[in-house]
Amino acid sequence: MTIQNDVPITAELIKAHGLKPDEYQRILDLVGREPTFTELGIFSAMWNEHCSYKSSKKWLKTLPTRGERVIQGPGENAGVVDIGDGDCVVFKMESHNHPSYIEPYQGAATGVGGILRDVFTMGARPVAAMNALRFGAPDHPKTRHLVSGVVSGVGGYGNSFGVPTVGGEVNFDPRYNGNILVNAFAAGLAKTDAIFLSEAKGVGLPVVYLGAKTGRDGVGGATMASAEFDDKIEEKRPTVQVGDPFTEKCLLEACLELMASGAVIAIQDMGAAGLTCSAVEMGAKGDLGIELDLDRVPVREERMSAYEMMLSESQERMLMVLKPEKEEEAEAIFRKWGLDFAIVGKTTDDLRFRILHQGQEVANLPIKDLGDQAPEYDRPWTEPTPRAPLAKDDIPQADVADALLKLLGGPDLSSRRWVWEQYDTMIQGNSLQRPGGDGGVVRVEGHDTKALAFSSDVTPRYCEADPFEGGKQAVAECWRNLTATGALPLAATDNLNFGNPERPEIMGQLVKAIQGIGEACRALDFPIVSGNVSLYNETNGQGILPTPTIGGVGLIDDWAKMARSGFAAEGEMILLVGAPDWWGTHLAQSIYMRDLHGRTDGPPPPVDLAHERKVGDYVRKLIRSGVATAVHDVSDGGLGVALAEMAMASGIGATVNQLNNGDPIPQFFGEDQGRYLVTLNIDPQGEDFNAMLAEQKQLGIFAPWIGSTGGTALKLGEARAIAVADLKAAHEGWFPAFMAGELAS
Amino acid sequence: MKSAVVLLPGLNRDRDMIAALTKISGKAPVTVWQTDTDIPDVDLIVIPGGFSYGDYLRCGAIAARMPVLKAVAEKAAKGVQVIGVCNGFQILVEAGLLPGALMRNTSLKFVCREVKLQVTNANTAFTRGYTQNQIIRCPVAHHDGNYFADTDTLSRLEGEGQVVFRYAEGTNPNGSLNDIAGIVSKDGNVLGMMPHPENLIEAAHGGSDGRALFESALGLKTAA
Repeated sequence: MTIQNDVPITAELIKAHGLKPDEYQRILDLVGREPTFTELGIFSAMWNEHCSYKSSKKWLKTLPTRGERVIQGPGENAGVVDIGDGDCVVFKMESHNHPSYIEPYQGAATGVGGILRDVFTMGARPVAAMNALRFGAPDHPKTRHLVSGVVSGVGGYGNSFGVPTVGGEVNFDPRYNGNILVNAFAAGLAKTDAIFLSEAKGVGLPVVYLGAKTGRDGVGGATMASAEFDDKIEEKRPTVQVGDPFTEKCLLEACLELMASGAVIAIQDMGAAGLTCSAVEMGAKGDLGIELDLDRVPVREERMSAYEMMLSESQERMLMVLKPEKEEEAEAIFRKWGLDFAIVGKTTDDLRFRILHQGQEVANLPIKDLGDQAPEYDRPWTEPTPRAPLAKDDIPQADVADALLKLLGGPDLSSRRWVWEQYDTMIQGNSLQRPGGDGGVVRVEGHDTKALAFSSDVTPRYCEADPFEGGKQAVAECWRNLTATGALPLAATDNLNFGNPERPEIMGQLVKAIQGIGEACRALDFPIVSGNVSLYNETNGQGILPTPTIGGVGLIDDWAKMARSGFAAEGEMILLVGAPDWWGTHLAQSIYMRDLHGRTDGPPPPVDLAHERKVGDYVRKLIRSGVATAVHDVSDGGLGVALAEMAMASGIGATVNQLNNGDPIPQFFGEDQGRYLVTLNIDPQGEDFNAMLAEQKQLGIFAPWIGSTGGTALKLGEARAIAVADLKAAHEGWFPAFMAGELAS
Repeated sequence: MKSAVVLLPGLNRDRDMIAALTKISGKAPVTVWQTDTDIPDVDLIVIPGGFSYGDYLRCGAIAARMPVLKAVAEKAAKGVQVIGVCNGFQILVEAGLLPGALMRNTSLKFVCREVKLQVTNANTAFTRGYTQNQIIRCPVAHHDGNYFADTDTLSRLEGEGQVVFRYAEGTNPNGSLNDIAGIVSKDGNVLGMMPHPENLIEAAHGGSDGRALFESALGLKTAA
């Protein structure tokens, strides 16, 4: 009996594939006949939002993607940036939002697996991972289940694969109640002369299938990820893939071994829309046709149709174009690692994508049109309404010490130890700074002094209030966090998570956020070299907070001189570098306003990019000169929280002044941008300090001496002193208690 | 002294272990593969950590049945020193080279953090570089490190000084009986431990408390 490949094409079937009537008409025009069932599946996979970027392409093109050190920008599996000495860093961030909501463990696990594969497909050994997670309100009935599943999924995959998780974010907001975000970042190291790309070269060469077998898991996953959710979401569980980190680890070793043997011409991992996307990508990029014989594809389920095989998202698979003379050597490497190796097709010169199954041709499509002719939309969008600033005297009061304890012990600012202790943060033996500080830092193996810094940032409530400023701020904060370690920020990857782009106000958020990101990246010389767009993050018409996550990479020349965030010693002066005249002024959109007064009105703090750059460059110089003993950026929660974090990181307290006749609330809880706390090992009466003041004056940087380290308590202005131990108790307490179900909801 | 590192699919701290042995001894260890039936003449064999064969059966159970483990057992019987760290410890237990079992952590979660260890027997080939009852720092990273043994085995281990490392100062991360973190075989030439001394051997690791273990085993340090 033959497997059914000839399902009739109906209007309903077309709709079920997420194709709009005009898009289907475009298919008819391109093919010149009614597509087969398999062909319809292929179009749906290639033309959905996830693979085609049809709503965002117009705007993504405006982002800066080039720079002196950029070797490979967007368009390949990951971006590549030169770090000198013949080495380069390969990195990308990608979302796995919809699958993680449906099946948190596997959704998150395969998100990690997918991004690791993107990195090692290019010939890089993964050296660091991060993940940015956004969940619904802590008291929402599904939240704890999702946190628990996602965190163990991220850990389950990354720990077994063997990559250290060095940073990330975890936030809660009711707007993610029905649509959580799981954004996974990975970075690897490669040699600049041994980068592997997906572009196929040469006619009549073998197309080889590598890795795990193909099953029915994930069929139609990319199409699912491009649709909104409703209450029937549970029915979509079978579209989530199942991860196998053991196979992935073997695949990594086998691929790196094979690449070193010189057998690989082109390689592409099978991610979204598996065999379809990978084969089309390799052929179209190389101006070649591809012919696949599905009877040769290793399968783990019986009687799979061509449609299922072409759309399966089974994990841990690769497609490769191989030098024919190296075939035997290549096969031996894969057999050694217990992996499948099968020649499933060849490159052709006719620019067709031909699929054979059981002796029949089930698809024959113009390969370049599948990608190039994908619809591209200039969707209507509306300019977000600017929010009026708060009145000058609108400063809701609270006891400073009580407020600090409440913020530190709240959902958004409490310690994430419960999360990151489930991740292996030390494997590979190169982690110099682990989660909990400003950025993760990993030493470059084989080099005496070099290290890479990593940070992932975005403040969704700022983006909601002003997408343009929020986009700028996400980039600036990432750049700032890298700088706070002493690193020179090199480049970034963006993971843009938004709602339904067919709604003009959502499209407006996307457009303005991209514009803000672009402006900040240009001003800070921080190009975007890879990324991913996740749209339709809505459930029952309620969109998520606009969340353009930025993952950045920086280079530290000498890690012996990098900065850490904990106070280093007693009796050191604390400078607030980059402060406005009033130290802190901007309360609107602060966590203080939201969590203590329930207010979310007003604009986010603006980012002055020229100031940002000037201050950051200055702080980096202080770190590299060795005079700065501890450095921490001031972000969520403002000056008070930043000081507390520095105290908790080392156990050393501090006494900090406040401005005379001033209101302490904006000083300690305002979230003005572009500020760093820096402690100095310097004599305040000495010449060096005077020279420093002169330089600050000349640069136009305000860096008031706001207090000194020492003791075992933190004293903010006139507020009562809080023992560092009490700060820690509040900070460490919330997450474990929440996950144990001990918090009253 | 020469050393060898056992490589199995799914192990992932092999590179950490090779780096540590190379940095401490000045020469790279030889490596042996899962199917090797013969191990070259070495003084120390190390089975590193990871997730051999995905740990899809009981941790270490598949590895224990691979040809190379038979070769390890033969060497151990001849008195060659063997260290199993983390998954390596689980494998040695599954292979019957060490008594007891390693169960899921009582938290039911993977745990990666730094703990304190007490050197409860500094008279072994692996610990002579430490002082008796010395407290050292050491990272752990595992899901199944909860050491268990029946009462007789446990009292024998304790009585014979086979417990060499104990989690100290309330840092037991997994619920192990008697806070056991590492044990040696009856003959004293096989060591199994859950913590990762190879991740604490140099300034970049923030400390070097793990170094003396390898220096002891490699004969570079014979007393604290």
